[in-house]
Amino acid sequence: MARLLIALPALVAVLIGALFLWGLDPDRDPGAIPSVLISQPVPEFDLEPIDGVGVPGLSKADLAGLGKPALVNVFASWCVPCRAEHAVLTRLVEDDGVTLMGLNYKDKPADAAAWLARLGNPYTRIGSDLSGRAGIEWGISGVPETFVVDATGTVIYRQVGAISSADDLAKIKAALAAAGSGDVAS
Amino acid sequence: MKRLLASLSVALALIAGAAPAVEPDEMLADPALEARARDLSTELRCVVCQNENIDSSNAGVARDLRLLVRERLVAGDSDKEVLEYVVARYGDFVLFRPPWKPITYALWLAPALIFLGGAVGIAAALRRRRGRKTEPLTEQELAEIDVLMGHSGKST
Repeated sequence: MARLLIALPALVAVLIGALFLWGLDPDRDPGAIPSVLISQPVPEFDLEPIDGVGVPGLSKADLAGLGKPALVNVFASWCVPCRAEHAVLTRLVEDDGVTLMGLNYKDKPADAAAWLARLGNPYTRIGSDLSGRAGIEWGISGVPETFVVDATGTVIYRQVGAISSADDLAKIKAALAAAGSGDVAS
Repeated sequence: MKRLLASLSVALALIAGAAPAVEPDEMLADPALEARARDLSTELRCVVCQNENIDSSNAGVARDLRLLVRERLVAGDSDKEVLEYVVARYGDFVLFRPPWKPITYALWLAPALIFLGGAVGIAAALRRRRGRKTEPLTEQELAEIDVLMGHSGKST
């Protein structure tokens, strides 16, 4: 017993050290919020299209009945990082054949239409979320956010903020590949 | 007078510091419902400015959540149902008071365990100290003390 007690301070020191190692890891983002949506079906939502863009609106049924994985990107013309992300998304659609769906968050339809006319429209469908209510259903904390949805309409990955680094892009592609292979397996 | 003015301005500054972000157009006409909405809002974390509650945050999403809370209350939800509604979308993270479930057992139990460990340690140390026997002095030691104290060789 006494011998165990002697080892106790060393044990406590090791435990605290392990905690520091975990807590001070530069790759750990203490601000990251775990999403409850992962492995859950896409939330209920049904959004009208944006006037003058020429692509249909977006709803849960569109994602559940798509039959292939898709990216759902929350964007707005007033959002600065979205402009940078637009090029990344366009490349994903043009080079990798990804199906991209848009959720236009709290944006004036005319502004969104002008933004897409100027930069190009890589989105297959865009729902106009004027009130931000669909955004709440998706549990977003800001714009942009991107979700990977598999062929059955289940959310499998969430990216908070713009897809800006090669690492972000690799994770998105990995999630899309996993969604695709999941489809093949089922 | 000066002192009164100073304390008054401090008091006013404190009141201003606690000012909520709730705007008049968000408020419910029913004061009872509005009071419940305010209470619930202080329980919910703003997902943008993470250490503020939605009652005092000016973020857009916080305003949307305040409106949502009021909408659910008007629809007849209980306080618990409102919180569950928000948690279903944003996770336990939005609750300032973490719920009691397996993943939070360590969080809730750690303080009690640490207290218990300390109490056991202190009790053990005290018992050991009390159990220590003091040896009576030998004849020779008593004689030495007598010499030092200036008595004759006899011990009393």
